[in-house]
Amino acid sequence: MKRVLIIDDEPLARMVVQEYLQPFNTEVQVMQECGDGFEGIKAIMQHQPDLIFLDVQMPKINGFEMLELVDPAPQVIFTTAFDEYAIKAFETHAVDYLLKPFSRERFNKAVEKYLSQNAVKPAAKPNEALLETAAQSPAQHERIVVKTGTKVKIIPVQDIEYLAADDDYVSIYTPEGSFLKNKTMSFFEQTLDARHFARVHRSYIVSVAQITRIDPFEKDAHVAILKSGTRIPVSKAGYVKLKQVLGI
Amino acid sequence: MAITTTLSGKLSMALAIGGLAWTALQTYIIHSFGFGWYTAAIDGIVSAIPLAASCWLIDNNLRYYQPGKGSYINLLIWCVVLAGVSTLSVRWALPMFKLGQPYFDFLKQSLTIRLFTSFLAIGWMAMISLIWYVQQDQKENEKRKAEAEQLARDAELYNLRQQLQPHFLFNSLNSINALIGFKPDEARKMIHQLSDFLRGTLKKDDQKQINFSEELQHLNLYLEIEKVRFGHRLQTEISCVDKCKDAMLPPLLLQPIVENAIKFGLYDTTGDVTISIRAEIEDNYLVIMVQNPYDPQTARAQHGTGFGVRGIQRRLYLLFARNDLVETYQNDDIFTIMIKIPQA
Repeated sequence: MKRVLIIDDEPLARMVVQEYLQPFNTEVQVMQECGDGFEGIKAIMQHQPDLIFLDVQMPKINGFEMLELVDPAPQVIFTTAFDEYAIKAFETHAVDYLLKPFSRERFNKAVEKYLSQNAVKPAAKPNEALLETAAQSPAQHERIVVKTGTKVKIIPVQDIEYLAADDDYVSIYTPEGSFLKNKTMSFFEQTLDARHFARVHRSYIVSVAQITRIDPFEKDAHVAILKSGTRIPVSKAGYVKLKQVLGI
Repeated sequence: MAITTTLSGKLSMALAIGGLAWTALQTYIIHSFGFGWYTAAIDGIVSAIPLAASCWLIDNNLRYYQPGKGSYINLLIWCVVLAGVSTLSVRWALPMFKLGQPYFDFLKQSLTIRLFTSFLAIGWMAMISLIWYVQQDQKENEKRKAEAEQLARDAELYNLRQQLQPHFLFNSLNSINALIGFKPDEARKMIHQLSDFLRGTLKKDDQKQINFSEELQHLNLYLEIEKVRFGHRLQTEISCVDKCKDAMLPPLLLQPIVENAIKFGLYDTTGDVTISIRAEIEDNYLVIMVQNPYDPQTARAQHGTGFGVRGIQRRLYLLFARNDLVETYQNDDIFTIMIKIPQA
């Protein structure tokens, strides 16, 4: 028996999935329905489902942001009405997705595909590349979603002072403290608005608005001093980039 | 094209009349120096011909080519050269009429003054032509610009009205799909609401204002659909004094504002959401206020300056040429947008 969750903010949309799943009731069992991403995270931790039906546009955090925060992530069949970025992400990464409104035939195909794949081999790891493509969506350039303990924290990008590489993670520094995110520096370099953020060093990305002063430091290097007093090393290449962003 | 032809017709007419007047005047002046009418008339006619030719030449030139700021000097040189040629041709042509020695002496003496009057006449012609054609060009440019602006404005208004979210449409269809299974009557009702709503968004003429109760009716169709989609999470409060019902406003203005409020209200919070819509009449304005809850901690950066609000602001600007008709307020966790519609 496969354990299934339905995560969608519209009750009727969840109902369609429930109804379409009826014929599969010997193979799958719906553990819970969730109305938003927070409930989704809780339910995933509680039920450890094998498969989730996940809507993309949901209150507070969207489906992709929710997926970033669950580890290990279950197998996903996405459902969405219209989201060009999401659809692009699905297409390039060949995940199964259902465009609302979807027919019973299309739905059956998706579920059967899942069931047959999982009969032979165990669930594959969630697709990091998919989430990276989905993060190209403008909506996700404005905030970063992180998990601290059991709580979910939404950081608006304008609150960020700087980001620093931290082993396999990136530390995001805000006036409220720092948060760890399981992403690479180059991911943030690509998704953060280049007019407001500059990668001044292999291990640092800084919010340009936070810089109060740039001082020379040893030979060829500089140091940026932020409003909070933090000193951020600036490499030779970083200094060139910074000058470009500042227009000097 | 027809306009330019009649214009140039009028212009050559004016030129001919000017030439005749010039001839008459010169004849009279020469006569007043003590020469006979015959001699004076020959002088007047012969002098006027090269002068008229010069004027025509310069006018024609300026019609097709207007000198830039730096090349006015060229125009001056042209005037001097044409005046010189006119005077020389007079000097060469008049003696052929054998009008006697005293007249010939007079002609030789008056050459300098003839040169200057010719120059003044040609220069004057050049100036008039220049001003005339530059003005003509400007008029045409302005007309073209106004036409382009009108086109752009129409297209923009059309686009702003057509901001119907595909997201809304597909999700509504998905809800209908769900209802068909277990509540076919409600599914049918929703199909009718959706089609009435879509029809309402299609046929409205932007320039023609409609009254508020009509707009409210259209809005209610939209709200009914959204309430089916979001279930108990979405509630609405509409309050509107009776005299608002006849107030006029551009069609399809209210729905995008409420859509914006619902979008931010529902996607920015996880609890139940009440959208309140209030309408009043104040100092000859229809004042509409729409409020939605939001989370000031995580409100997306675009909130308030996002496309929704900017689109409404732009549309009101295009319709009323005023930028002060939209205001937004944020206090605690309520976002308010207030729009004012001037009443005739």
